[in-house]
Amino acid sequence: MTSLLELKDVTKVFGKKNAYTVALDHMSIGMPEDFPYIITIAGESGSGKTTMGMLLLGFYTPSSGEVLYRGKNIHELGRQEMFSFRQDVQAVFQDPFAVYNPFYKVDNLLSIPIKNFGLATSRRQSRELMERALNGVGLRPEETLGRYPHQLSGGQRQRIAVARALLLKPKLLITDEPVSMVDASLRATLLKALRSLNQDFGIPIIYITHDLTTAYHVSDYIVILYHGSVMEAGDVDPIIRDPKHPYTQLLVGSIPWPDPRRPWGDTNIAFPKSVAFDEAAPGCKFAPRCPLVFEPCMAERPPLFQLDDGRAASCYLYQSDETVVREDLMDLFPRKDEVEAAAD
Amino acid sequence: MNQPILKIVDLRVYYHVEAGAVKAVDGVDLDLQPGVKLGLVGESGSGKSTMALALMRMIKEPGKIEGGQMILDGTDLMTLNTEQMRHVRLSQLSMIPQGAMNSLHPLLRIEDQIIDGIRDHDRTLTKAELHERAGILLESVELTRRVGRMYPHELSGGMKQRACMAIAISMHPQLIIADEPTSALDVVIQRQVMETLDRLQVELDLSIILIGHDMGLMAQFVDRLAVMYAGRLMELGDTLALFEEPLHGYTQMLIESLPVLENKGVFTGIPGITPSLLDVPPGCVFHTRCPEATQECREIVPAFRELRPGHWVACHRHGVVEA
Repeated sequence: MTSLLELKDVTKVFGKKNAYTVALDHMSIGMPEDFPYIITIAGESGSGKTTMGMLLLGFYTPSSGEVLYRGKNIHELGRQEMFSFRQDVQAVFQDPFAVYNPFYKVDNLLSIPIKNFGLATSRRQSRELMERALNGVGLRPEETLGRYPHQLSGGQRQRIAVARALLLKPKLLITDEPVSMVDASLRATLLKALRSLNQDFGIPIIYITHDLTTAYHVSDYIVILYHGSVMEAGDVDPIIRDPKHPYTQLLVGSIPWPDPRRPWGDTNIAFPKSVAFDEAAPGCKFAPRCPLVFEPCMAERPPLFQLDDGRAASCYLYQSDETVVREDLMDLFPRKDEVEAAAD
Repeated sequence: MNQPILKIVDLRVYYHVEAGAVKAVDGVDLDLQPGVKLGLVGESGSGKSTMALALMRMIKEPGKIEGGQMILDGTDLMTLNTEQMRHVRLSQLSMIPQGAMNSLHPLLRIEDQIIDGIRDHDRTLTKAELHERAGILLESVELTRRVGRMYPHELSGGMKQRACMAIAISMHPQLIIADEPTSALDVVIQRQVMETLDRLQVELDLSIILIGHDMGLMAQFVDRLAVMYAGRLMELGDTLALFEEPLHGYTQMLIESLPVLENKGVFTGIPGITPSLLDVPPGCVFHTRCPEATQECREIVPAFRELRPGHWVACHRHGVVEA
């Protein structure tokens, strides 16, 4: 089956020949339609997570490889195809303030896509659509419509952005740090809205974040990126509860859990402070910072080794015969209903 | 009990705008013991950063400190003139600002920015002595001396935050106010920076007020926690007690909304929105969102009182209010 949206061996390099950064390194992932799960793309700044989102949305062109929408390169789409791509794939970004024109009522943000995509034939129908979309994210239309952005809280604004995306009945939602600007007490509400969208409408969500606590709570699967490469990927539960890759261990060990009884840094390996990163080095990208580094790490990039519990780690500590073909990370993210059916 | 290093009594800071007075801090009482790390949490707009600026006496127009006392080591900061206050800053009280990236001067070397503050307090030091002091300070925040010759744009976010820490401790203050010092940093760097701050706190016997909204960071770092809502303190207590047995409705809901390892997939937010500080509801400021609000809560402002030793709360649900 053709994926809805696919990264096919995509590499994105920024910079010139002698001063370059590989933001995303040979990444392949194909998002199917009707896949009611949330996949987190996590990593620190500079890990390539936002670049990946921008590539998926067609805002960057890949340096090599292809981004395919229903099997066709998104940079070669015809007008009609581009139109349906822009409807099927929706995005919610970090800053809800940045997407509003302060002089327009928030209604505009919803009515413009309705008009552009011809979703309604009358004003009444348009109003109905807007109200339904707002209800879908837990906002009361009478308290939202007719207002200016400054009259709404950050959480409300971000929920309107989600409502706008929802209006177009997308087949895939890409969210880049949607809750990082929102207060802690509102984060839960917003994440709940995203989660129910995902489950009620079966819309797959790519959740790009550096925040592993919310990633753990909201998502089913996770991809840990470091300098553009996948370090560990698979089911989010085992990865957060028992990280295998030393980099994931470092990240998870640094999560400030809001729980005084779960202190910071329960990792027993010491990590050196950040060191200079050499893009041209042949080995594992994390090797210069890894306390468990040994010979093979310096020689060649480790493939993704398959582990027993359905995840994979790109680390020679877990060397086995079975490697995940990098052709498609989706092999690590089975549909849970199918897994359960097979187990019966 | 020791003499508190800082005692805040009925502090009120209003911003006078066209529409009226925005009561950003409205009657806050707070004691801080020496050597204690206190967290001040609240949503955006709850007044926590205003409180920090008030302590530094750096509130700008249209803001004004309307009243109250801020007694630092026996001296009420409100009684000091500009010159005296200037002396207090850095030598007794200093601040690590929010977003260190924007608070360093882009055109000055790090070393010169550290020296600038020291020289303002001590004119007797020679150039070589100042240079040496800056070097020691950089090392104490785990930077190399070489960083002193660099400009802010050459440093990473974590390094800039450390440079700000070096400035903050340059005159051995007793109290440091850190306003969301790591909110722009990745978790790994955040942890390293906070661990450095923790070590400095012990070595220099500092008191720290950590301001932020990240309850995770608070749980990991502070000894005591003050919860602020709509310009007032709702609750104050030891971190563990506050997490395990919150007394105020707001704190309870805030803690229930936190994502911990055990409650995966449970999303409980706090319904409703924060009231406008221009038009604060009468009675308890939280009554509009509190599921247990009564007539009393809607009419009478609850007193902030010590319900258990060291555990303060402003809520009517716990016994009667003394008139």
